[in-house]
Amino acid sequence: MSRPRTYQTEAIIIKKTKLGEADSILTLYTPHLGKIQGFAKSLRKPRSKLAGHLELLTHSQVSLARGRNLDTITGSQTINSFLPLKSDLWLTSCALYAAELVYQFTADGEENYRLFRLLLEIMAGLCQEGDRELALRYFELHLLDRVGYRPQLQQCVSCRALLEPVTNSFCSHAGGVLCPSCRHGQPLSYPLSVNALKVLRFLQDNDYGTASRLKLTPELSQEVEAVLRDYLKYLLEREVKSVAWLDMLKGQIGPAASG
Amino acid sequence: MDGLRPISAAVHRLVQEFSRLPGIGPKSAQRLVYHLLRAPEEQSRLLAEALLSLKEETSLCSVCFNVTDTDPCLICQSSERDRSQICVVEQPQDILALEHTGTFKGLYHVLHGAISPTEGVGTDDVRIKEFIGRLQDGSVSEVILATNPNLEGEQTAMYINRLVSPLGIRVTRLARGLPFGTELEYADDVTLTRALEGRQEF
Repeated sequence: MSRPRTYQTEAIIIKKTKLGEADSILTLYTPHLGKIQGFAKSLRKPRSKLAGHLELLTHSQVSLARGRNLDTITGSQTINSFLPLKSDLWLTSCALYAAELVYQFTADGEENYRLFRLLLEIMAGLCQEGDRELALRYFELHLLDRVGYRPQLQQCVSCRALLEPVTNSFCSHAGGVLCPSCRHGQPLSYPLSVNALKVLRFLQDNDYGTASRLKLTPELSQEVEAVLRDYLKYLLEREVKSVAWLDMLKGQIGPAASG
Repeated sequence: MDGLRPISAAVHRLVQEFSRLPGIGPKSAQRLVYHLLRAPEEQSRLLAEALLSLKEETSLCSVCFNVTDTDPCLICQSSERDRSQICVVEQPQDILALEHTGTFKGLYHVLHGAISPTEGVGTDDVRIKEFIGRLQDGSVSEVILATNPNLEGEQTAMYINRLVSPLGIRVTRLARGLPFGTELEYADDVTLTRALEGRQEF
């Protein structure tokens, strides 16, 4: 027993599963332990001391005690509750989508400090005024970068030639852009406009402060969204569940109405 | 090997059935079974009858979707309830808790769940459409959203609010603040913020 019995970590709560009468199992995303699961006893009772500090999409300092199967959460203190995020249906949904992507793209116990920072950054970003759709695109591109699937946007992924400012193709299978002459052997590629490629590059190369100042037309925004969504789906080999919900909300009210 | 099992097949079968219930593991199931075995036969018979009638005699109220023996349920039928208020809850058990207070005299609506995009629970998986249908005749003047004060419940409440407000009906949310019998120092930011916002004249 060389490891201490209890430990502390910062964490963002990205998933919550009910267990038994009033208990929950939480999935925490932490800076140095990666994705971990924690058992929280009696979390769903009104007098639970921990419940408010362990709600989804909360950044907290968490204490855990090692257990045989699951570590038990023994204490927690909110660092940032991201209140604006939780008071708006559209923002909550965007942040849940980001949390789901992190959940899907990570394995238990693998440290990824930059991904942790990115998730915090996007949650803070969503609390600010601005184009939240763009914020999600920024998040998607940088998440891909941090989990090892950074799309190649500078050279053709087949012939390595620098891309010309013409309509190229994006190929999820190849993980990047194909030049017009290499496109023909690839059935799973589709056209990518010059402007969309510029947007993708700009988002990929800049930090959030700079990237969030970009202004997109609805058409361009849709094209970029479609490209990234297809690539994410291809990598995960399944639908991201919250996408259907985001689409439904957008169809009903449009993100601008509540943003 | 089944023939060599040291316990009787009947005991084994009931243990299996009990251990499928929430919160009951194999050990608890065994204890229940051996208790029934020792108890008078009458007790087993009453239990068996109660179990059968549970499914046979109850259904969901066609108006509010509460669990009921009669359709519409007793609350929906009652002439003493205030028909201008509907309280929206996630589970039938929530009605029990609210009724226990004896404070609310209006009607209810049970959603049977809360929206949870990451679990794939959307608007069609809970009874929101049916609820909006109930508001069409204009007799309702207030909707009280009593979904759970967690992220899923909040999301569900915000979504219903968006659908109901355009109908010109007053929408209220159960107050969120500090639970009775606790200590302030353990409260989280969200709860404290809401408690301050919702403070009342003493």
